[in-house]
Amino acid sequence: MKVGIVIFPGSNCDYDAYQALKLIEGNDVVYLWHKSDDLEGCDIVILPGGFSYGDYLRSGSIARFSPIMKKIIDFARGGGFVIGICNGFQILLESGLLPGAMMKNSSLRFACREVILRVEKNDIPILSGLKKGDLLRMPVAHGEGNYYADPATISELESRSRVVFRYVDNNGVVTADANPNGSINGIAGIINEQGNVMGMMPHPERACENILGSVDGLKLFESLCAAAR
Amino acid sequence: MKFRADVQVILKEGVLDPQGQTIGRALSDLGFDSIIGVSTGKLFKLEIIAESEAQAREIASRAASKLLANPVIERFDIEVAR
Repeated sequence: MKVGIVIFPGSNCDYDAYQALKLIEGNDVVYLWHKSDDLEGCDIVILPGGFSYGDYLRSGSIARFSPIMKKIIDFARGGGFVIGICNGFQILLESGLLPGAMMKNSSLRFACREVILRVEKNDIPILSGLKKGDLLRMPVAHGEGNYYADPATISELESRSRVVFRYVDNNGVVTADANPNGSINGIAGIINEQGNVMGMMPHPERACENILGSVDGLKLFESLCAAAR
Repeated sequence: MKFRADVQVILKEGVLDPQGQTIGRALSDLGFDSIIGVSTGKLFKLEIIAESEAQAREIASRAASKLLANPVIERFDIEVAR
């Protein structure tokens, strides 16, 4: 099983993602350069976090036109697994692979803290290793993670169960305090209709080893890799 | 011919603008009681080689739709001059 981690100028979670995916036995993990137009036969492509192109214009707006993105869009439309984390999620939104847009956090502050995510869905292959209602702990680190879409899109996402993770408190309840950025309905991650393209603001790759305080991110990656195997 | 196009990108109505609200509160604290609303946006000044004003506007409009504005949350206005 081959996993590709895309490096854009300004990516800064690429090595963390590489390291995390390497922890899973049987994974061959490679870097994919943004100027390349070859996915090198990867089964999963990860768009990591960071500040691609300095976050100039809008987060992800320039990365979206990188040569590699053309191939990734084709790969995704053909059913390939594409996961965008943080800035990677923003790139997926800008590229139109997922609906909506990111606004500045409602606090206007960069949010860097641990959050709790409630798993909203496990009836698709990439989340089948998780349980619906599971609470996962992992960090967020973003200034623009305030998910926004027009009311029609939000109601479609909700009615089609395409919200995969929500920010919740210790009791698993969506509250304003548990939400680090003001996103609608506490949305932390969504998936496309086909279930192969997922975007999330929190960082599972930073929660894969005990020394980091949580290994909940690894559960997510294990589930993802099992689906692609 | 060279044209100048100002592309103004602003959040759509109904989209929350926390920056505008914060600036509005700061202005109010400074005593600007008559300013009752602030919206933030971006201004892009493009220099365009085109054969006519209409063509320059069309190029600016395509650039705005494709990259400068995000149609999910933003709208844009264009002013073209020689």
